[in-house]
Amino acid sequence: MNEFNPTLKGLAAKEEILMPGHRLCAGCGASIVVRQVLKATRGPTILVNATGCLEVATTIYPYTSWAAPWIHSAFENTAATASGVVAAERAFEKKGLGKRSDVIAFAGDGGTYDIGFQALSGALERGEDFLYVLYDNEAYMNTGIQRSGSTPRYAWTTTTPVGPAEMGKLEYKKPIDLIVAAHDIPYAATASPAYWRDLIVKARKGIEVEGPAFLHAISTCDRGWRHDTGETVEIMRLAVETCYFPLFEVENGEFRLTSRSKAIAKRPELKKPVSEFLKLQGRFSHLIKPENADKLEEVQKGVDRYWEKIKKLCGE
Amino acid sequence: MIPLSEPKEGASGKTGRWRTEKPVLNKERCTNCLLCWVYCPEGAIERTEDKVEIDYDYCKGCGVCANECARKAIVMEDE
Ligand code: SF4
Ligand code: SF4
Repeated sequence: MNEFNPTLKGLAAKEEILMPGHRLCAGCGASIVVRQVLKATRGPTILVNATGCLEVATTIYPYTSWAAPWIHSAFENTAATASGVVAAERAFEKKGLGKRSDVIAFAGDGGTYDIGFQALSGALERGEDFLYVLYDNEAYMNTGIQRSGSTPRYAWTTTTPVGPAEMGKLEYKKPIDLIVAAHDIPYAATASPAYWRDLIVKARKGIEVEGPAFLHAISTCDRGWRHDTGETVEIMRLAVETCYFPLFEVENGEFRLTSRSKAIAKRPELKKPVSEFLKLQGRFSHLIKPENADKLEEVQKGVDRYWEKIKKLCGE
Repeated sequence: MIPLSEPKEGASGKTGRWRTEKPVLNKERCTNCLLCWVYCPEGAIERTEDKVEIDYDYCKGCGVCANECARKAIVMEDE
């Protein structure tokens, strides 16, 4: 497992499984997540895809952008569909019909935090052997930017408007990583495509591990987050640099910070204020106004609290 | 099991037509580090023998490559 040491040259020589010419928006974070995850494959791989932007934009009938076996599943049952694929592969293997393929499931935050959570929790409890990749753009982007269990407090969405009565979403983002890790699965991790090596190494670990693995990748949406298409990677980098989205992994119950987050724990002066992350995004523009300084401070305190909690879990 | 869809590049057509701005590569400055390649949402940057090449058939002109190139070898120009 430790031999996997990707270089960009090596990765670029690998076949592109998500082919260009799909219908995801210019500057979409999801396709960067997917491209990087798929560079971590070790052999034949079957992909399961929940309903969501990624699915609708890549499979315009009668064509598909996926150069690998790919199965669509509803919002509710991605993890159940993946479990079924794994079971079928095991049966084939048992009958001597060849070695089973790896299975990777992709789902968004709507399909993970909310609608598909029951199926996910069940698969984790049963110990199903696949990698579940959550690309988290923090709202239901595909259907028109409605809030999800992942939308952070004070973010604007079309169902949590900003006005005199309220200021975006009032509830907090669900701590999905901690909830998943509490299932005591062999591997769970967070990742940001801005830190490509960290993401790809984690995806590979998730593929190699026996039993369920969970990879939670932050995934910007320029339409929903209201930012310049060219700033996609910059924003996913700032999410980590501000400790809004710490990078860590949980291997057999052991928490560990990785990459930039590990460096920030060692040298706290590297940590940037959360406003650096927020100010590039129109969905938070109200937080940057002087009259809402108290709200911004509240967000900063929330980020600090979460970062301290993760650091503690990671023994830093 | 019936395969329903045919895999191909340009499953949604030549998405390069979406562009309002176009990334232009200065081969002199490019060190072939491949950072633009790993960050391109579209997979529209191709690796050739020595330098990268932009596939204008599919590049949507998002500007990520221009922002991420540490050598400033890519600049965005109006289409
Ligand atoms: S990031 Fe810049 S220097 Fe590196 S390969 Fe791309 S264009 Fe060349
Ligand atoms: S502008 Fe965007 S789509 Fe085009 S090559 Fe650069 S990163 Fe890829």
